[in-house]
Amino acid sequence: MDSSDDRFTKTKSSGQVVFVLAAILIVAILLSQITGQTVWTDRARNFASQPRFWPAVALLVMLAGFVGHFALMWRRRPNALDWIETRRWTEPLEYLFWFMAYVLAVPVAGFLPMSLLLALALTWRLGYRSRLHLGCAGAFAVATVLLFKSFLGVNIPGGRIYEVLPGALRSFALTNL
Amino acid sequence: MELIAAALDVLARWDVALALFVGAIGGVAIGAIPGVGPAVAIAILLPATFSMDPIVGLTLLLGIYGSSMYGGAIPAILINTPGTAVNALTTYDGFPMTLRGEGRRALSLAYSASFAGGIFSVVCLIFLSPVLAQIAPMFGSREIFLAALLGIVLVVVAHRGQMLIAAALAGFGIFIGTVGLEPAAYTRRFTFGQSWLAGGFDLIVVVLGLFALSQAFLLLTSDDEDIRVPKSRGSLFQGFRELLRHPRVAGIAASFGVVMGMIPGVGEFTAQFMSYTSAQKMSKTPEAFGQGSSEGLIASETANNAVPAAAMIPLLALGIPGEALTAMMLSVFYVHNVVPGPGLFQNDMDFVVALYIALLALNVIVVGFLLVSTGWLVHLTRIPNKFLGMCILMLSFVGVFSIRNSTVDCLIAAAFGLLGYLLKRLNMPIVPIILGMVLGGIMEVKLRASMARVRTPFEFIERPIAFLLFCVLVIILASTLWRVWREWRPVDRRSLTKKSSTRFGRRIAGRKERHFANRLKHQRRRRGYDHLGS
Repeated sequence: MDSSDDRFTKTKSSGQVVFVLAAILIVAILLSQITGQTVWTDRARNFASQPRFWPAVALLVMLAGFVGHFALMWRRRPNALDWIETRRWTEPLEYLFWFMAYVLAVPVAGFLPMSLLLALALTWRLGYRSRLHLGCAGAFAVATVLLFKSFLGVNIPGGRIYEVLPGALRSFALTNL
Repeated sequence: MELIAAALDVLARWDVALALFVGAIGGVAIGAIPGVGPAVAIAILLPATFSMDPIVGLTLLLGIYGSSMYGGAIPAILINTPGTAVNALTTYDGFPMTLRGEGRRALSLAYSASFAGGIFSVVCLIFLSPVLAQIAPMFGSREIFLAALLGIVLVVVAHRGQMLIAAALAGFGIFIGTVGLEPAAYTRRFTFGQSWLAGGFDLIVVVLGLFALSQAFLLLTSDDEDIRVPKSRGSLFQGFRELLRHPRVAGIAASFGVVMGMIPGVGEFTAQFMSYTSAQKMSKTPEAFGQGSSEGLIASETANNAVPAAAMIPLLALGIPGEALTAMMLSVFYVHNVVPGPGLFQNDMDFVVALYIALLALNVIVVGFLLVSTGWLVHLTRIPNKFLGMCILMLSFVGVFSIRNSTVDCLIAAAFGLLGYLLKRLNMPIVPIILGMVLGGIMEVKLRASMARVRTPFEFIERPIAFLLFCVLVIILASTLWRVWREWRPVDRRSLTKKSSTRFGRRIAGRKERHFANRLKHQRRRRGYDHLGS
């Protein structure tokens, strides 16, 4: 059996028509806005210096690519499988909210407490409720904070909650935790 | 000799040595965990490297880049799941060997082939350096524009079967690179009156969203699997002896890796496919390919490990990244005001040679580490998907938020994460977006600069290198159009039912075992699909 064709990545078919149609619609809207959102200036010395040139090139390439792909698709109307796949695209929204809540909470409640809380709560939510899993999650959160904030000194602000701590502990927490 | 001494002087620091060890060992571990991959790790670590010296930061990232493919071979061979996307072909021959009880022999072959590929490409790089140092200054604005355009064209053409989508996504990358304040006339483009869009989209935020967050979402929404590692026999050293019996396969595969790595937009996938196909054609037993052929394993592993060092050539010599990982590294250069390009070879050759030596040392460290640690690295494949997703989600926060403590950046990254999730579910490539974003910016600046100096269109390609690049572009476009025209079949939408039934009939007519084995292989490959986005 010749498997040479299997070696190339193939685009998944279910959901594809919805994605491509949405992309064409967005590109068409962006193209319709190009005169308002970019400038064609008389001061430009040539076409390459026109601020509108590259957005126009990019949008036209996008339009040609998506329309061409759509024209060559086997199926150009969404069926039930497409809508099932489309519903699956909303699944990560829950984790996106977890992520944004973490982002908003860290400057207030501190990197270490919030990392511990996120790791333990999300691990619990995902169904890993054994001591081993929760212990690993906690250890991972602590290790992340120690590695990035304490050791590598990445730019993550100290939580406002640390302000209530006494003198030396406060400055230590603000810098390292 | 003076140059090598100066380069060793650059490297002889405890922090560089530490970065090399951490990068090498971390890269192997990251590669061994299916679902993470070097792109995710590099995207997360990028902001952390900004506070380091350029040589330290780059050594760390290069360490991860160069060693992850070694680690990626472990799950590819033992559990039929590629650790990194570029180890996909390793599963073809590695896993059948494991099923025969020759897992350790396969691992040993993969390590030795990877080592040969890595060393070969670094040696090529060292010998090519004087040539590059002479050629690089001949690249002016026109040549760099044409080379960047060639990179975009090649990244599109390399996605065979998905070229139109790859082109559209490259266009999307160019488009998001244009959003914000335009640097020549200082006008706003597609900001819709929003002040947060005036600065445009930060490359690292986009990269973190498309690679890291999307992978976290994908893992968090996927199911865990019960992974069993089959028992295997043999020595981890026997592959080195066996490799010596196939010098031709290894040599050709390494050459493909070096050549494909040097060409922007091509990379490991094409190198692997070409070396695997050529090894199959040259072999006395082509029927063994895909059934556990040692030559197939050598071809794929040698080729993919020869790419990282070669991929540094366009980045260092011209400032043009050939793929997503080198595009990320480009930002490390810019942050430290080290501008890669012809000037780097003229003024900082010791820095360049230091990077080569670091790559050389990296390969030795990695092989040494793998020979003693394969036993426990196998256990990394057992980390549950969702748990891994939680870890990547948390690390993504560190990456995005540490750039400028901006909630808006995190929102943008989350939006790109969702887009990346969609693209990964649809098996659409992500790399063209990143390359479009980076190369689009380079093309805009260089075309503007070069058009100011030319009066007629022919003047644009009158210089030898510009003419050569233009000819290559024309040949690639013409050959691609020719191939598409030759393979063209009209889309028959009316006989879908017939086609499905015929296909089903063919399936059940085959051997049941083979059908399920292939199906399992497809599923595993799809799950392992990732990290690099294509």
